[in-house]
Amino acid sequence: MTQRSTSSTLSHLDWLEAEAIHIMREVAGQCANPVLLFSGGKDSICMLRIAEKAFRPGKFPFPLMHIDTGHNYQEVVQFRDKRAAELGERLIVRSVEDSMKRGTVVLKHEGESRNKHQSVTLLEAIEEFGFDCCIGGARRDEEKARAKERIMSFRDEFGQWDPKNQRPELWNLYNARSHKGENIRAFPISNWTEMDVWQYIEREDLELPSIYFAHKRPVVIRQGAIVPVNVPLMSGELTNLPKAGEEIVDLQVRFRTVGDISCTAPVESAADDVAKIVLETATTTITERGATRLDDQTSEASMEQRKKEGYF
Amino acid sequence: MSAHQVEDHGLLRFLTCGSVDDGKSTLIGRLLYDTKTILADTLTAIEKTSQKRGMAAVDLSLLTDGLQAEREQGITIDVAYRYFSTGTRKYIIADAPGHEQYTRNMVTAASTANLAIILIDARKGVLTQTRRHSKLAALVGIPHLVVAINKMDLVDYSQETYEKIKADYLEFAKKVGIEDIRFIPLSALNGDMIVDRGDSLDWYDGPTLLEILEAAPGAHTEHAEKFRFPVQFVCRPQDSANPELHDYRGFMGRVESGSIKVGDKVTVLPNGLESTVKAVQIGGADIGEAFTEQSVTLLLADEIDCSRGDMIVKSEEAPAAVKEIRATVCWLAEAPLDRARTYLIRHTTRDSKAKLTGIDHRLDVNTLEHVAADKLAMNDIAEVSFKLAQPLFVDPYTENRGTGAFIVIDESTNNTVGAGMIL
Repeated sequence: MTQRSTSSTLSHLDWLEAEAIHIMREVAGQCANPVLLFSGGKDSICMLRIAEKAFRPGKFPFPLMHIDTGHNYQEVVQFRDKRAAELGERLIVRSVEDSMKRGTVVLKHEGESRNKHQSVTLLEAIEEFGFDCCIGGARRDEEKARAKERIMSFRDEFGQWDPKNQRPELWNLYNARSHKGENIRAFPISNWTEMDVWQYIEREDLELPSIYFAHKRPVVIRQGAIVPVNVPLMSGELTNLPKAGEEIVDLQVRFRTVGDISCTAPVESAADDVAKIVLETATTTITERGATRLDDQTSEASMEQRKKEGYF
Repeated sequence: MSAHQVEDHGLLRFLTCGSVDDGKSTLIGRLLYDTKTILADTLTAIEKTSQKRGMAAVDLSLLTDGLQAEREQGITIDVAYRYFSTGTRKYIIADAPGHEQYTRNMVTAASTANLAIILIDARKGVLTQTRRHSKLAALVGIPHLVVAINKMDLVDYSQETYEKIKADYLEFAKKVGIEDIRFIPLSALNGDMIVDRGDSLDWYDGPTLLEILEAAPGAHTEHAEKFRFPVQFVCRPQDSANPELHDYRGFMGRVESGSIKVGDKVTVLPNGLESTVKAVQIGGADIGEAFTEQSVTLLLADEIDCSRGDMIVKSEEAPAAVKEIRATVCWLAEAPLDRARTYLIRHTTRDSKAKLTGIDHRLDVNTLEHVAADKLAMNDIAEVSFKLAQPLFVDPYTENRGTGAFIVIDESTNNTVGAGMIL
């Protein structure tokens, strides 16, 4: 782990890291049964490093949990399991497919993105384990609904976020109190930008799933977006099959954000190491979600809507 | 471009105060746009919206457009946080709505800021709202104020107008005791004096707004502060496989102020026991010493009882332990402060039950007069006294924002209902 040099002014990464450690420790100090959401994506990989700095040489005072849509990239799922094992921390996986079997998630059609349905599975897992706080890696620069969300964000018994009725959050005095059945979502890296995340990954020399780096992949161009096709699932089955008449091309791409296969698109890139990605991030002209999240473009307010329904 | 190759001036948090009419959203939009924070797809989206609304130029204020609920009502209902970076410094803007009923939002936004930009419309000069924002910024202890006289393009970039407003403001500032103020003329619409100087304000030879921000001192850097370390969490690994960790007791927290190094004599409050710092660590690795705002783990030479809510301080500079506090309180909740009820006060990592014992006076934020009051409603600011069930270890807010601040929690709803600054 990298340590800062001694001086009286913290560098911006040191400051952000110190703030995030403080927030995680507040969760550990205030909440009885928290959980850290870990997807194997870059933001949650940073969160694990922050948790190490916050709690080592002790164990984390919370388990890790992933809400698996069943439509995740193999590389990411394998990385998730490997990283949790290396850290020696407990990983809970709950799956949207189990919610579908229970009948609590019903897809409109087979191809519908399961991304938003993670809310249902998440709420079921919260109830199953009695979690009073979920620590997540969301950032305020990602999306305008997130820009107004608190670091400790209160959710009612139905997991709903009420943007007009949020607890005031002053100084570094966080209020993570909740009654039974209610839930707090804590976002330690709220104040980080995509650039900060990449700079932190570089500084800390963090390992990432291979799909974050430039690689060749079969894709089609659908409504202007690069859509990966014939993606193997953990079962070996292929998903995201091309539609009739679509031309498959082999493009060199990387993922800026990683989520459900059905709604995460890569960008064309030759950046095959972190330093090149930092440089590319500094000069890109497209926002992270604008480029890569097919689900957020559906409506101007779609993230706000999903959060009101219990999303991360 | 990487973090270790460029000079890093850390991070500055600042606040913008003013209403949409003062051009606040345009100013923020301009800062984001001129520092190249706005990316092409965002710009295309606001270009489309601008056209839809029949505007000739791109409306930069749309960059700060927020929630669906706000767009429907055409108002800003909450503090939004925005980010930009110049390569040498990272900035967090707290964008607070300017309406009168949103005092609580401004206090919230100001609580973490080290600098405030007070916007004045050059056509209107110093208004009641200007005085209110300035007073609140001073009250919440923001050390640096920048008075930005905006819309200079609408007064023909008149130096006379600028000087008149500056003189008016200084007269007011003297009355309320605000000291560190800088003035700058600008046009957020045209981008004059924000990042670029523009061609129309040649008579102004001071720095641009961005130059002021780049040079502003960061929090905690201006004078020496006493060491304050509220304990958040105690680490006891008790790893049977590793005998070295058998006796490990790490006190985890963030240095609120001051610094600490191995060998320093410390006192643990409230029990008053003394010990010596044996190690300062991050993530189990020794770093030797720690400074303000660093999150670290302290190991002490002696086995001392210490848990969350306790505070570790240097022995020769302990804070006061008090069971009664006088404070300036901003009430944040719809339900008024109820004298009959017991509240919870959260100060650093420590909670105490508290009861109101008196309201000295209320501050009228518009006239800045003290008025008698026997209750407090939402957005009211008053000097009050509480008695406490547990002692708190406090410094006056003007000396230490970290150990001078507290929040009031209503235990029935768990809502944060008040913000307090200890006198």
